[in-house]
Amino acid sequence: MKRRVSLFVSCLVDQIRPEVGLASAQVLERAGCEVEFDPRQTCCGQPAFNAGHRAEAACVARSFLDVFHGKETIVAPSGSCAAMVTHMAQLFPEDSVEAERARSVAQRTFELSAFLVRELDVLDLGARFEGSVTWHDACHGLRELGLHDEPRALIQHVAGAELVEMPAAESCCGFGGTFSVKHPEISVAMLDTKLDSLRGREVDALVSGDVSCLMQIGGRLQRQGSPLRTLHLAELLVAR
Amino acid sequence: MSGSLLPSERFEENARAALADPVLHGALARATELFGERRSGALAQVPEWEALRERARVIKAETLAQLDVHLERLEANLVRAGAVVHWARDGQEACRIVEGIARESGARRLVKSKSMTTEEIGLNHALEQAEGQDREPVETDLGEWIIQLAGETPSHIIVPAIHKTKAQIAELFVEKLAVEHTDDAAELTRTARRILREHFAQADLGISGVNFAVAETGTLLVLENEGNARMTTTLPRVHVAMMGIEKVIPRLSDLALFLRLLPRSGTGQHLTSYQSLLTGVKRSPEDEGPEALHVVLLDNGRSAMLKTEVTRQSLACIRCGACLNACPVYREVGGHAYGSVYPGPIGAVITPQLSGLAKAGKLPFASSLCGACRDVCPVKIDLPQLLLHLRSEVVEGGRMPHARDRVERGLEGFIERVTFRLWRHAVSGPRRYRAASYFARFVPHALLTRFGPLGTWSAGREAPRLARRSFRELWKARP
Repeated sequence: MKRRVSLFVSCLVDQIRPEVGLASAQVLERAGCEVEFDPRQTCCGQPAFNAGHRAEAACVARSFLDVFHGKETIVAPSGSCAAMVTHMAQLFPEDSVEAERARSVAQRTFELSAFLVRELDVLDLGARFEGSVTWHDACHGLRELGLHDEPRALIQHVAGAELVEMPAAESCCGFGGTFSVKHPEISVAMLDTKLDSLRGREVDALVSGDVSCLMQIGGRLQRQGSPLRTLHLAELLVAR
Repeated sequence: MSGSLLPSERFEENARAALADPVLHGALARATELFGERRSGALAQVPEWEALRERARVIKAETLAQLDVHLERLEANLVRAGAVVHWARDGQEACRIVEGIARESGARRLVKSKSMTTEEIGLNHALEQAEGQDREPVETDLGEWIIQLAGETPSHIIVPAIHKTKAQIAELFVEKLAVEHTDDAAELTRTARRILREHFAQADLGISGVNFAVAETGTLLVLENEGNARMTTTLPRVHVAMMGIEKVIPRLSDLALFLRLLPRSGTGQHLTSYQSLLTGVKRSPEDEGPEALHVVLLDNGRSAMLKTEVTRQSLACIRCGACLNACPVYREVGGHAYGSVYPGPIGAVITPQLSGLAKAGKLPFASSLCGACRDVCPVKIDLPQLLLHLRSEVVEGGRMPHARDRVERGLEGFIERVTFRLWRHAVSGPRRYRAASYFARFVPHALLTRFGPLGTWSAGREAPRLARRSFRELWKARP
């Protein structure tokens, strides 16, 4: 029987990199899932939560829960948004309906690579990419969801792709939500330090699981006129 | 850049100055990387590391939940061992207590070993300024001594002179000590040792910090690598130990655990070169040790942190400095930018609680919330959770700290509040979201990059653009 999956694309994918959402749906379908997209969805509330605006975050989280509490399985192409779902309950009183919903939805929400590898046990999606790629560990996926081997295993099963590890793979790219506009110089300096560690390595594409990091990294590379491409994992996994 | 504390209110400016200093940047990068590597190396030999961290977290949490009981027990056992115990509500009171001890004991020459708590309360300055005293203690930890000679403040909890290069230290020695120039680290150290030994020989009062205070025995543990703390606490006839009230641990046997965690996390050592376990005063003239021991128990804002379970974690810190070395923000800007003797992630958590959100409310925002600090913390303090908690306190207090003065702060805070409120309206319902998304596509990109939040973004990065069609439109059009 096909597993029914509800896609939570995240506001950034919806508005800025919609092709990542399409690729995610395609990947899930190739993995044998039936994918639905509920157009009532908007955002998980993370921008406000991380900036300290809890009342606003709670309001947005409530509408997220309205949409998703009835879904069996929720998959997001973002470690950061998936991790936010695990924090949602704390925005509401302990014994409220919302907190109960948040705890239950958190159990059923997965980041894309975690879902493919841990839940479906799928590694090979029949993708092909000629070139060398390096993986950027987005912080919340790595440190809150414990994703490390999963995306790498998926990349290693892409025909033609060679995974070249970046020494500072696990260092923050400097995005950090509002941090990137409140502290632009530090944010960029953090990224430059990270990218410096790639020096001397032949890499065609930098791949990550979060569009937010890719906006930061891609924006800097573009400004520097670098030929290095940035790709979301889902885009790599549908490449043929 | 200045080598001293700058105001926390000016974090952005401080950080910018640090980023523009290539020498500082190089020194920081080398040192934090080295300590990070040493730590990983030391941990690799302790397979049960995670279990040790969890035990330490539990012991700290249990102790802090009943801090008053443990402190009273500590006091009783300190007194039994011959110590005099002083309670200090704040830094000023603590400084006055030490001034009084120095005056009453007739101490003329003071030495001091490394102690962040004394840095926190500005003890050296207070002793220097105290009326008719002029008894500034000589710092005897090599790094602290260098900083004292340079008239600066520490920029790291464990490695106070982390921001200084060997070449800068060599120059400093020539200037301040009138010695011949040398770039040889061993030779520089020999010079320091020679001069510091003279200070030790003459000192009649020694001031130290405390790493752990054991309630059941009244024993103080001081960790170090140079032997200077051993001398500070045993050679002079009077020893003053300054400790925050959170340093108490219940049992002597708990030390076995914390001694495995602290040196490995701090310097990547299996154990520090010296561990001084100090219990009371000397009992007979042949004994080693001071004739008098004074222990100052400092609150200075700590008891306020006990109030909630979230903030209470801040007091579990054992000051290893691992979170500084792991923090990508600290690695870029160094310790002085934080304007606090406690920099980095733990500093961004403790400082606003010690000196108030009005003064240090910017610090919790000086983080990308990457969580590297939480991963390395040997007592598992959830630093990102604390940073988020303090951010919401700042916001709810209506004090937006990202501005230079009150007027601007008010305006900037107002703009941020309005922005998030508008955003909330736009994204908490599908119809409003669709409408906002529709109209946003009519806003010229140049307008956003010039005036909006994308303005600061696009100084170093190309700003992201809205896709021509959103995912939901594309999905709808899917065959």
